[in-house]
Amino acid sequence: MLLVIIPVLFLTVFFAWKYRQANREARYDPDWDHSTQLELVIWGAPLLIIIWLGALTWMGTHLLDPYRPIERIDSDTPVAAGTEPLEIEAVALDWKWLFIYPQYGVATVNEIAAPVDRPIRFRLTSSTVMNAFFIPALAGQIYAMPGMETKLHAVINEPGEFGGFSSNYSGAGYSGMKFEFHGVDSQAFDQWIAKVRGGEGTLDRAAYLELEKPSENAPVRYFGATDPSLFDDVVSMCVEPGKLCLRDIHGPHGSAQAAEAHGGEGHHSWAPPDALEYDKTTRRGGPMDAHGTNEAAMDHGSEEEH
Amino acid sequence: MDALTHFLFGKLTWSAIPYHEPILVVTFIVVALIGSSVLFAITRYRLWGYLWSEWFTSVDHKKIGIMYMVLGVIMLLRGFADAIMMRLQQAIAFNGSDGYLPSHHYDQIFTAHGVIMIFFVAMPMVTGMMNYIMPLQIGARDVSFPFLNNFSFWMTVSGAVIIMMSLFIGEFAKTGWLAYPPLSGIAYSPDVGVDYYIWGLQIAGIGTLLSGVNLICTIVKMRAPGMTLMRMPIFTWTALCTNILIVAAFPVLTAVLALLMLDRYVGMNFFTNDFGGNSMMYVNLIWIWGHPEVYILILPVFGIFSEVTSTFSGKRLFGYTSMVYATVVITILSYLVWLHHFFTMGSGASVNSFFGITTMVISIPTGAKIFNWLFTMYRGRIRFDLPMMWTVAFMITFVIGGMTGVLLAVPPVDFVLHNSLFLIAHFHNVIIGGVLFGLFAGMNFWFPKAFGFRLDPFWGKISFWFWVGGFYVAFMPLYVLGLMGVTRRLRVFDDPSLQVWFVIAACGAAMIAVGIGAFLMQLFVSIRNREALRDTTGDPWDGRTLEWSTSSPPPAYNFAFTPVVHDLDAWTDMKRHGYVRPEDGFIPIHMPKNTGTGVYLAGLSVALGFAMVWHIWWLAIVAFVGMIGVTIWHTFNYNRDYSIPAGEVSASENERTRLLGAGA
Amino acid sequence: MHGTETDRRVFHVAEGPDHPPGHSTLLGFWIYLMSDSLIFAMLFATFGVLGANYAAGPTPADVFELPLVAVNTAMLLFSSITYGFAILAMQDDDNQRTQKWLMVTAAFGAAFVCIELYEFGSLIAEGAGPQRSAFLSSFFALVGTHGLHVTSGLVWIAVMVVQLRKHGLIEANRRRLLCLSMFWHFLDVVWIGVFTFVYLLGVMR
Repeated sequence: MLLVIIPVLFLTVFFAWKYRQANREARYDPDWDHSTQLELVIWGAPLLIIIWLGALTWMGTHLLDPYRPIERIDSDTPVAAGTEPLEIEAVALDWKWLFIYPQYGVATVNEIAAPVDRPIRFRLTSSTVMNAFFIPALAGQIYAMPGMETKLHAVINEPGEFGGFSSNYSGAGYSGMKFEFHGVDSQAFDQWIAKVRGGEGTLDRAAYLELEKPSENAPVRYFGATDPSLFDDVVSMCVEPGKLCLRDIHGPHGSAQAAEAHGGEGHHSWAPPDALEYDKTTRRGGPMDAHGTNEAAMDHGSEEEH
Repeated sequence: MDALTHFLFGKLTWSAIPYHEPILVVTFIVVALIGSSVLFAITRYRLWGYLWSEWFTSVDHKKIGIMYMVLGVIMLLRGFADAIMMRLQQAIAFNGSDGYLPSHHYDQIFTAHGVIMIFFVAMPMVTGMMNYIMPLQIGARDVSFPFLNNFSFWMTVSGAVIIMMSLFIGEFAKTGWLAYPPLSGIAYSPDVGVDYYIWGLQIAGIGTLLSGVNLICTIVKMRAPGMTLMRMPIFTWTALCTNILIVAAFPVLTAVLALLMLDRYVGMNFFTNDFGGNSMMYVNLIWIWGHPEVYILILPVFGIFSEVTSTFSGKRLFGYTSMVYATVVITILSYLVWLHHFFTMGSGASVNSFFGITTMVISIPTGAKIFNWLFTMYRGRIRFDLPMMWTVAFMITFVIGGMTGVLLAVPPVDFVLHNSLFLIAHFHNVIIGGVLFGLFAGMNFWFPKAFGFRLDPFWGKISFWFWVGGFYVAFMPLYVLGLMGVTRRLRVFDDPSLQVWFVIAACGAAMIAVGIGAFLMQLFVSIRNREALRDTTGDPWDGRTLEWSTSSPPPAYNFAFTPVVHDLDAWTDMKRHGYVRPEDGFIPIHMPKNTGTGVYLAGLSVALGFAMVWHIWWLAIVAFVGMIGVTIWHTFNYNRDYSIPAGEVSASENERTRLLGAGA
Repeated sequence: MHGTETDRRVFHVAEGPDHPPGHSTLLGFWIYLMSDSLIFAMLFATFGVLGANYAAGPTPADVFELPLVAVNTAMLLFSSITYGFAILAMQDDDNQRTQKWLMVTAAFGAAFVCIELYEFGSLIAEGAGPQRSAFLSSFFALVGTHGLHVTSGLVWIAVMVVQLRKHGLIEANRRRLLCLSMFWHFLDVVWIGVFTFVYLLGVMR
C-alpha cells in the first residue's frame, strides 16, 4: 500500500511546489485534462494492489478465523495429537467477567489462567448487553452477546501476566471491566486450579444470580465448584427459576416444544409471557415496579459516583 | 394532585433539572447569558421583523444555505466543547484519579459528541453547501420545491433543539452514538436519554430526507439548457450522488429508530433479549444506513476539492469522466460494505472476507480521485489562496486516513484494532481531514460569492495552521494508543505509561480550539473590514462554473436570463468566447413567496418530540394534531408565486453594470 | 482572454424556459415513494428475520384468519380500481364524478382500516399482542405501518375532495390527484407483498 501512498504524498508536495504561480518556468497547459495512459495507470495500479491484497485478506481471514480450532501452537509446531484443548466459558456480566472451567468444575471472576502451548477454546456470552472479549496478547477480540454464544480459539506461547478487558462499551462500569490473564506452565496451572478449588464454594444458580447484579471494579473471586449446566443456561437465559430456556423456544416448532416443556398450560397452550421475560425482570438492579421504572437502575449512576 | 401533575408533566419533574451538577450549571449560565444578550440585541435593534421576513420564512435556497451553515457552526461549538471535555478527562484520569467526570456525565458526552458532529455539524454544513451552490452551478433560479427546502431546514433545527434541550432538562443517551441495543433498550437505559436521541434524529432525519428528494429533482429537472449530465460541474455531480444516497439510506435510519422506539415505548421485542428479539439486527440495519452516511458527508466535499483544485490551478479538471464514474462507483459500493463495522460479531470468515474486500475495492475509485486532483495540479499555475491550502492539507491528510482505513478493512487486523483508539484516529482522520477541511475550503472559496466580500486571509491562515497542526497533534497519539491496545470510550486508566499520549492529544485539542477561535475571528474581522475585502466582479478567483457569472451576492432570482451551457467549465467558456452580459430587455421573473409554515411545523415538532420524551401525552397529541392541521392549512394556499417586475430586475442588473464598470 | 475567439455562441435565452410551478412534483413524489418503499423494505426484512421467533407463543397458523384477510385485500383492490375511475373522470374534466369516485375509494379504504383494526383488536384480546413475541412485533409494525399509510391516504382524500369542491379541476389539483393516485396504488402494491409474504407464506410455514 505504501507503494501508492508514498508517491502520492511526494507528488502532492512536489506538484504544489513546482507548479506554484510564482514559478513561471514551469509549463502551463490549461486545457490538458485527459491522458488515457495515465488514467489506465491510476485505475490499474490500485486495482492490481487490491487484487493482491484481497487475496491475502481472503486467506488471512480464513486462517485467522477465531472460530477455527487451533492447528498449530506456533508457525512451525503443530498441535500434538491427542491434546485436549482447554475449555473456558466466559460470561460478560455487569461489569465484570465470569470464567467457568467446565473440565475442572471451577469458576473465577476477573482472572483466568491457561497453560502455555495448550490450545484454548473459549465459549462467550453475556448476561445483559453487548461486550467484547479481548486479551490483546492472546488473540483478537470477539463480541460477547446476550442470548447468544460466540467462540474464540487461541493459544498462549509464552508465560506471563497479560491484561484482558471488554472492548465494547457496555455502560457505566465499562472502564473497570478488566481481568488478569496468566500464561503459565502446566505445573503452575495445576497449582492455580487448586487455589481456585479452595475458593468460595459453589457457584450455583443462586450465587450466580447474586453475582450477576451490577457492580463496578469487582475484585477477583474464586469458586471451587460450579453447576455444570450453568453456562448453557446463561446462554439460554434461564438461570432464574421459572424461566423458559431459549433453546426450547427457538425454531419453527418452538411453540410446541416449549408448551410441552411448560406443561401445556394457558389458553392456546402458549407459554405465559412471564416465563420469557428476562430484561424486564432481571434488568440491572432488580425487578421493575408497576410503572415500568426501575428504582435501583435509576439510582445506580449516582451511587457509583462516590 | 399527583395524578394531575403526572398528567400535565408526564415523567418530567424538578429532579430532571441537573442543578446539582456544577459543570452543567455553569454551562447553562453561560449559554443563558449569551442567548439572552443575543435576543436582547435582536430586540434592541428591532431585527425580529427583518429576520422573520428575510430569513426564517425565506424560501430562497441561498438564504437557507447560509442558515444551514450558521446552524453547523453553532453546533460545532457544542460538539467541540464535548470533545475537549473528553480529552481533558482522559488526560487526567490516571493513577487512581477518577478524573472530573463521573461515568453518568462522561458517557453522555461521548455520545453527544458523535451525534452532534455527524448529524448537526457535518450534515447541515454539507447540505448548506449543496443548497447554496448547486442551483447556481446549474443555472437555476431556485430548487424544485422551495417551501420544502425551508421546511427541511427547520426540521433539522428542530432536531438540534431537541438534542440541546437534553443538556439542561433530563439527560442525553449514554449509549455511544449509534445506540446499540440491548444497552439502548428500555431495560438497560430506562432514562430519557435514548428518547431524546430517537426523537432528535427522527425529526432531523425527515428534514434530511426531504431535502435529498428536493435536490435530486432540482438537478434532474432544472439544469440550464445545454447542460447535459456530462457537462454538469463536478460538485453538482457529487451533490446528485450524495442526495441519491440520502434518499436511499435515511429511510433505513427512520425505520430502525422507529423500531427501537416501539421497543422502548410499546414494549415490543425487536431488539430485546427476550421474546425472540434480535439485537444483531439493529447493528446490521443501523450500519446499512451508517456506512452510506459516511459517503453522504465525503462525496460533496470531494466535489468541493475538485472545483477548488481546478480553479486555483487555472486548469480544466483532469479526468472529469473518470471522476464522475468514480463518484458513481463509490455511491454504489457504499451499500456493500456495512458489515466491516462489526467483523468481530462472528459472521464467519467468508462473510468477513467478502466485506473486507468490497471495502478495499472502494479505495480504487477514491485513489483515482486523488490522482485526478494531482494531475489537475500538474502543469497548472497554482495560486495558494486559502481554499487551495486546505485542499493540499486534505490530500496529504486524507491519504493517511485512507491507508489506515484499508488496514482496518482486513478482518484479522480489525480483530485487534476494532473499537480501539486506532479506529477513532482513523475516522477522525477522514472526517476532519476530509469533510471538515473540505468545508473550510468551500467556505473560503464561496464566501465572497455569498456575501460579496472575501474572508480575511490572515486569520484564515492562523485558523488553517492551528486546525491542521492541531489535528495531527491530537490524533497521531491516538493511533499509537490504539496500536497499544487502548479501546475507545474508556473513562479511567490504570497504565500510567499511557498518560503522556493522552496529554499530547489534549494539547492537540487545545490547538484545534485556537483554530476554531481564529475562524470566528476571521469571520468577525472580515465583516468589519468588508469594504476593503469587497469584490464587485462576482468572480474573485477567476472561477470556471456558472455561479461565478452572476453578481456577489447573487440577486434573489440568481440569473436575469437563464444561461446556456456549451462546455463543462461553462463560465470559463463564456469568458473565452467573448460573452457579453445583457444590459437590457429584462422581463418579469416568477419566484416563490416566503412562508412561515416551515417554522410553525418545526416548532410543533419540537413540542411533539419533547412531549414524547417526557411522556406528556396530551401535549404530544396537541402538537401532532397541530402539525397535521398546519399541513392541511398550507395545502389550501394555492397562491404561492409572485413576479419580480421587470423594472426591479433592471434596477438590480443596472447596479451590477455600474459596479462592473467602476471596477474595470 | 476576452474575445480572443469569436464564434457566435448563444449564452443565454431571452425568454427562458420557465419552470412552471409543480414541474417536478411528480418526479419528486415518485422519489419520495421510493424512499417510503425502503421503509417497507426494512420492515419486510425485519419480518423476514424475526417472523419465525414465536417465543413459545402464537404462530401465524394460530392467529391469522385468512378469509378475513382476503376480504380486506379485496377492499383495498377495489379501492384501487375506484381510484382509477376517479382519474378517468378527471381526464373527462368531470369534477362531480371525480369527487364521487374519490368518496367511494375512501369508503373502501375506511373499510380496510376498520377490518384491520378489528383484526388487531381480536389478536390483542386473545393474548397475541405486539409485545408477545418478536414475530408479533414485526407483524404489527409492518401491517400497522401500512395501515397508518392508508389512514393518512384517507385524510388526504378528504382534503382533496374539499379542495376539488372549492377550486375545481385546476392544474394544481390535477397534479395533486395524480400524486395521491401514485400513493394509493403504491399502498396497494405494498399490501400485495404483505398479503403474500406475511399472511399466505406465514400460514404455510
